[in-house]
Amino acid sequence: MSTSAAVQPSYGTRSFALLPSVGKVARVVLTYGVLVLFALAMIMPFVFAVANSFKELPDIAANPMRLTPGVRADGTPYSWTLQGYERALNTQQINFPRAIFNSFFVAIVVTVMRVLFNSLAGYALARIRFPGRGIAFAALVGTLMVPGIVLLIPRYLILRQLGWIDTYWALLVPYFADAFGIFLMKQFFESIPREIEEAAEIDGASRFRMFFVIILPMAIPALTAMAIFAFQGTWNDFQGPLIALNLNRDLYTLPLALAFLRGVTGDAIQWDLMLAGSVITTLPMAVIFFIFQRFFIEGVSYTGLKG
Amino acid sequence: MAVAAPSVGKRGGFQLSAKGQENVAGFLFILPALIIIVIFIFLPLLSAFLISFTNWNGLQPPAEAQNVGLRNYERIFGLDGTTVVRDEFFVAIKNTFYYTLGVVPTQTALALILAFIVNQQFLRFRGFFRVAFYFPSITSSIVIATIFLWLFNRNGVINGVIGGVASALGLNYTPVTWLNDANGIIHNFLRLFGLTARTAPAWMTETNILGQSIWQWISGPSVTMLAIMLLAIWTTTGTMMLIFLAALQDIPRQLYEAASVDGATRLQQFFLITVPMLRPATFFVLTIGLIGCFQVFDQIYVISQGNPAGTTKTIAWIVFRNLRDSQAGLGAALAFVLFVIIAIFTIFQRRLVGKTVQQ
Repeated sequence: MSTSAAVQPSYGTRSFALLPSVGKVARVVLTYGVLVLFALAMIMPFVFAVANSFKELPDIAANPMRLTPGVRADGTPYSWTLQGYERALNTQQINFPRAIFNSFFVAIVVTVMRVLFNSLAGYALARIRFPGRGIAFAALVGTLMVPGIVLLIPRYLILRQLGWIDTYWALLVPYFADAFGIFLMKQFFESIPREIEEAAEIDGASRFRMFFVIILPMAIPALTAMAIFAFQGTWNDFQGPLIALNLNRDLYTLPLALAFLRGVTGDAIQWDLMLAGSVITTLPMAVIFFIFQRFFIEGVSYTGLKG
Repeated sequence: MAVAAPSVGKRGGFQLSAKGQENVAGFLFILPALIIIVIFIFLPLLSAFLISFTNWNGLQPPAEAQNVGLRNYERIFGLDGTTVVRDEFFVAIKNTFYYTLGVVPTQTALALILAFIVNQQFLRFRGFFRVAFYFPSITSSIVIATIFLWLFNRNGVINGVIGGVASALGLNYTPVTWLNDANGIIHNFLRLFGLTARTAPAWMTETNILGQSIWQWISGPSVTMLAIMLLAIWTTTGTMMLIFLAALQDIPRQLYEAASVDGATRLQQFFLITVPMLRPATFFVLTIGLIGCFQVFDQIYVISQGNPAGTTKTIAWIVFRNLRDSQAGLGAALAFVLFVIIAIFTIFQRRLVGKTVQQ
């Protein structure tokens, strides 16, 4: 009796709440209103850019606000076109197909090497006791403090000294390891129970076998997250290639090619070509993002908390 | 040995050789990454520091550059009596300052508000909103700058939207030349009250402080810089929101339950639980926001190259421009000045967060 009495009122308020108060409705409407507005603000620039990249150049100039082809002054309609893409891929000013290749080549090589180097180093810092470990760790912490822009001239200096300016080496090797990734891996390896390694050790496995056969397969989620960060960072990097490449435009990656095209056209920017180039540059990252969104979102939360 | 290191005692009788093996393995594991970081971060930083005391032009072999002592640093701060480098440096300081002052509070506040909204329990499609807000962050800065360059051009979408809204309200809108407008927005605001360079009092227009009059110092960011600031806010707010959201979701629900059992109101819960629990995330967001703003470069490169009238010259931009214009020694010195500025802010933040964590 007492229980039903306790339950009864709550049913009562519930059914009462079916006629929701104005305040609650207002809150829901406001919430979705604000969120949809912001989501539109974030998405619409891309929607405009993608839609216009499939329009004719005069149409882009005359009707940028239209998401579909517009109408000429004489009443004839414009049509959808791939002209922008054709012009981007065939422009004489820069070898755009080669830039696509360069971007993929550089991003893939850097990603593979960075995953390998970072996980090796992260494991050593997490699990192996060796002399100099403290110094190595301190050195890495130090590099986290160095802002990218400060490295602009130093990097240029060392690449010149090595004779690597205008070579692939300059786009690849400096990015084979990074302190942030090493910390991520170190933290991950520290979370693996020690017993697993101890069991392997009793079986007589060497550190190398243990790492590659037992530990690394367990680290696939962490490796995936790091691979995504590495790929994204390399794919989007502008300052690195800007410094590393001086005269050899054949090695330009996509961001550099886009910035170059903007530069050579001055104020007479060919927007069909530039928008098409932007879409081409974004597409691979967008595909990766939609496949692996969970890793991106979790990754950011992770950097936020550990920062 | 076994006694001195009881923690490795489990490993049994092979202590010494096992220890030796461990050392070798440790070195070999960390060596590749360490070599990369030493050669491409430490060594370059060290040599660039040395180069900042020379007149290296960036093209000759560095050994051929002449030692000029502190000359580059003296020129930056105008201590050698010359003003060209100093004036440009302080213009860049001013521009970077206004940029940061506009971007950091705005993106932090927006991100915080959005995080609260997305965190509400009744919300559906949370995943969609998170993805939508985060998408700009994964896009190349050059692509975003290109798209904004297009959106903000005189006949572009932004002017189209504003014009559309204005005409719907029955107002007149003269399209703004966003990307070629050197007028400061504070100057524009003061003009509404009749205060211009001509009508401003003499003490404002004639006092020269580090190369600019007081009137010039209070210009605010130029209209073009404002467009770049909007770009920055648009790009980073999503990331910051995710950081706040993670922090919000990390607050143990029991805290709120206990508080409401104790009779705390919603408002009290907000100020006594949510605000203090969000403090580390807030400091983190403010710091990475500051550091990012101090380094703004890619967008400037694509959109304005320091123009119009030098109003989008930032510290990072003049570092690069000096390298490009065969003044790499001076550029390196500027980079280290920027490094010190950033380091001061970072250390300051670490201190603050350290204190809050200890509390």
